[in-house]
Amino acid sequence: MEQFAALVRSKDKKPVRYLVVDDSVFARKNIMKLLESFGGQLAGEAGDGCTAITEYERTKPDIVLMDITMPQMEGIEAVERIMRQHPEARIIMVSSVGYQENVVSALQKGARHFIQKPVKPEVLYEVIRYVLGDEVIAAAPAAAGGK
Amino acid sequence: MKIELIQPFINSADAVLAEVLQCQTRIGDVNMEEEAYRRKGVAAEVEIKGDIEGRVIFDMDPSTALNVAGYLAGGGDVEHSEGLVEETILEIANMVIGNAITALNDGGFQFKIAPPSLLTAERGLTTNEDTEALVMCFDTTRGSLYMNIALHYNRRRKTERAAVVAD
Repeated sequence: MEQFAALVRSKDKKPVRYLVVDDSVFARKNIMKLLESFGGQLAGEAGDGCTAITEYERTKPDIVLMDITMPQMEGIEAVERIMRQHPEARIIMVSSVGYQENVVSALQKGARHFIQKPVKPEVLYEVIRYVLGDEVIAAAPAAAGGK
Repeated sequence: MKIELIQPFINSADAVLAEVLQCQTRIGDVNMEEEAYRRKGVAAEVEIKGDIEGRVIFDMDPSTALNVAGYLAGGGDVEHSEGLVEETILEIANMVIGNAITALNDGGFQFKIAPPSLLTAERGLTTNEDTEALVMCFDTTRGSLYMNIALHYNRRRKTERAAVVAD
């Protein structure tokens, strides 16, 4: 796998903390593997929108990666609810369904970016850097994740 | 079935399989089937509702499913890892169908899809509809994967759209 410079928080040089939301365990594991290769730390995970909201409250992650099509509550509604309570939240939509209506709706509700599956590591890395902006700096290449 | 409905699925399967499995893919056998669908191994189904309706099934024989799941899990033995093989095929189906749906939607079709569901032994080896389906085989170095597409235009919606345009 390509080597990426570890992304750490500018304020305390600690690993970026992620909340990964996807109804597929397989997809969550794959994304987590990528985030570890970026030097990230898993703050929490959720398999549906409702759990995502409670996990956000519990873990206060630096950034959320959110699927769209999920049971119980879809990703776009979860984004809206999280943003209502936490306007500072950084949420990236990660979905295989990337049609305009969905993307625009997610962005209108407060999501910062959209990535279509299958996720390319270099794309995810650059989008995370873009969304976190000055809040993150790239340190030495990440060897084995931040857990 | 119209080629404009099918082509996005072919393009999507080709691109997603090449990216996810990191190997070349080749389209093998292509057949039209009019009988009810018969599962080959581990299969995931996605239902589509809207301007276009029907279903798409993604299917792998058991050895290919193990091979693919093992590769994606990092090369480990997944034979006894409960659910991983099923999870793998569900997510591959989700990506292939999601990308195809996106292309169709960009072409002006409106519809919704539900998360993919597994076609299990409990649900039977066959689907209960009797419809014309296109079955395509994708040959990869990890084994052969099958995509079974049964889609049609929703006539009522088409008529409604035409009426709106006429107004």
